[in-house]
Amino acid sequence: MRRSKIARWGLFPAAGEAPAPRRKLNLRPIGAQLFTVGVTLFGLLVLTFVIGRMMPADPVRAIVGEDATRETYEMVFRQLGLDRPIWEQFFIYLRDVLTGNFGLSIRTGQPVIQDILHVLPATIELATFAIIIGATLGVTLGVIAAVNKDRWPDHLVRVFSLMGHSMPIFWTGMIGLLLFYAYFGWVGGSGRMESFYIGLVDDVTGFLLIDSIIAGDWEVFWSAVNHLILPASILGYSSSAYITRMTRSFMLDQINQEYITTARVKGLSSRQTIWRHAFLNIRVQLVTIVALAYGSLLEGAVLIETVFAWPGFGQYLTSNLLIGDMNAVMTCVLIVGVIFIALNLISDMLYRIFDPRTR
Amino acid sequence: MTAQIAKSSIPGPMQALWNIVRFLLKSPTSAFGLIVIAVLVIVALLAPWIATHDPYAQDLQNVLQAPGGAHLFGTDELGRDIFSRIVWGTRITLTIIFLVSIVVGPIGLAVGTTSGYIGGKFDTVMMRITDIFLSFPSLILSLAFVAALGPSLNNAIIAIALTSWPPIARLARAETLTFRSADYVAAARLQGASTGRIIFKSIVPMCLPSVLIRITLNMATVILTAAGLGFLGLGAQPPMPEWGAMIAMGRRYMIDSWWLVTFPGIAILCVSLAFNLLGDGLRDALDPKQMNRK
Repeated sequence: MRRSKIARWGLFPAAGEAPAPRRKLNLRPIGAQLFTVGVTLFGLLVLTFVIGRMMPADPVRAIVGEDATRETYEMVFRQLGLDRPIWEQFFIYLRDVLTGNFGLSIRTGQPVIQDILHVLPATIELATFAIIIGATLGVTLGVIAAVNKDRWPDHLVRVFSLMGHSMPIFWTGMIGLLLFYAYFGWVGGSGRMESFYIGLVDDVTGFLLIDSIIAGDWEVFWSAVNHLILPASILGYSSSAYITRMTRSFMLDQINQEYITTARVKGLSSRQTIWRHAFLNIRVQLVTIVALAYGSLLEGAVLIETVFAWPGFGQYLTSNLLIGDMNAVMTCVLIVGVIFIALNLISDMLYRIFDPRTR
Repeated sequence: MTAQIAKSSIPGPMQALWNIVRFLLKSPTSAFGLIVIAVLVIVALLAPWIATHDPYAQDLQNVLQAPGGAHLFGTDELGRDIFSRIVWGTRITLTIIFLVSIVVGPIGLAVGTTSGYIGGKFDTVMMRITDIFLSFPSLILSLAFVAALGPSLNNAIIAIALTSWPPIARLARAETLTFRSADYVAAARLQGASTGRIIFKSIVPMCLPSVLIRITLNMATVILTAAGLGFLGLGAQPPMPEWGAMIAMGRRYMIDSWWLVTFPGIAILCVSLAFNLLGDGLRDALDPKQMNRK
């Protein structure tokens, strides 16, 4: 009964979470897997194409404006290739995407992909900080919960991590701003740095922390850290729920095995058995979990960036949604999909590389 | 005959439900979840009697009133009573959950059972499609659908439903694979039952309990996604008392009037926490049969 409960924790991820990578433990050859990835990517393109064509808004009107003449309208209509059959349109879309042409942004007039590459570092910086916080928190709490299974620390951890999973993240962000910025004044407010620092540091990598170190401007660096800490903590907390749960179930799997008993009988302290034996054996599984959690952070990032006026990918996506720039929106969606597939693939590869049993 | 065999192997549905509820009430956390959800349903049903004010009635003499006095949770920027708006908002939340569930359940069941039972190429293609939907975070895909359909509560519901059927389909397929070679299915086939009939009469009823549970587990995510869409202005439109939209409207006045965003947020938190706690308990209450899901 005990074992079955444990297995259920692992095999049955909570709603909305990525499926447990345990499913991925099979020994498909790499070639077949790459084929699968190819098919999924193709499906992704079909999906974004269909969503893009589904919209009620008129893409031609968005470009030529309301009072364009009939001729101009017709011309742009043909330029966009909308007069061709839908199949041909799809192949043109496919060709464009494969050659890196994602179209122009209606708002800025620049290639969409260029805009996105410009805002992406801000999000990566935020998400990376968040995953470091989330993984540290999640792994620690997960181990504590597993070691104290069915005792009060376990219940406490369960409620704490479910809280993080249940909070509407945009609301947590606002309450955080209200408390820690407006009331206590411990952290910086919205944006990536104090507004009077903007433009002081050269944009080399796009990662503000790195750029400010390159420029040697420590004031900007600390301002950036100050602004990063709150949104990253909130994102990290919300992603830690999943990591906690999986760590707990992995640890329980290990703790019930005989080599742990052997280690204890040999006279090792419980701390040594847990951290030196059991924990070392779940490292590989943890890496894959954290990789997947990193992907789901993007979802939270969309909302948290809106709250914190963080000039990143999420804000770019939502602001373009509201003005109906479908080129930009669909490229964003495509990129998120690709990142997800890539993370899945990477976590799969890591498993293969680090776990000798999969060879 | 077939139906009898199938029926005798499962206890009466009401009995099963009662057993689950009894199991859940034993654990304090899932009991809390059940109670909050019960309160939510009662408040939604009795909204006109519980609410102290009209949720849409503006009172420009009394804008941004702090909690207390005539207004339990204070008033918003148009002088509307926040408590009453939250009370009426329960109806919107329940509507979203209900509509998403009745769309997602049948779609997931249909895709999962047919592809599990028929198998072969059909199965491969259907599962590939499912995987494509699963390769997006649900909020991002919902955003894309709402962007294409135009922002409104109905479109938000459609978008959420479109993004949340794949896990159900996967589950139904996994269940189907365990039943398809069962003796009672073979008996039905030997009697000459058509594929459609076997799926509908022999397989779907067996998948139903676990699918229903999975839908319940999914409700917390549905609530959070709907609130997120509402917050971004892509879900329920003002002046509807949807909690996410209320938070979005209150954001501008947040620094001076904390109650505008605090109370709707607590409402969302409570309901989604309740569903998560309930789901956690349900997971423990499941019988071992449920373990071989994918």
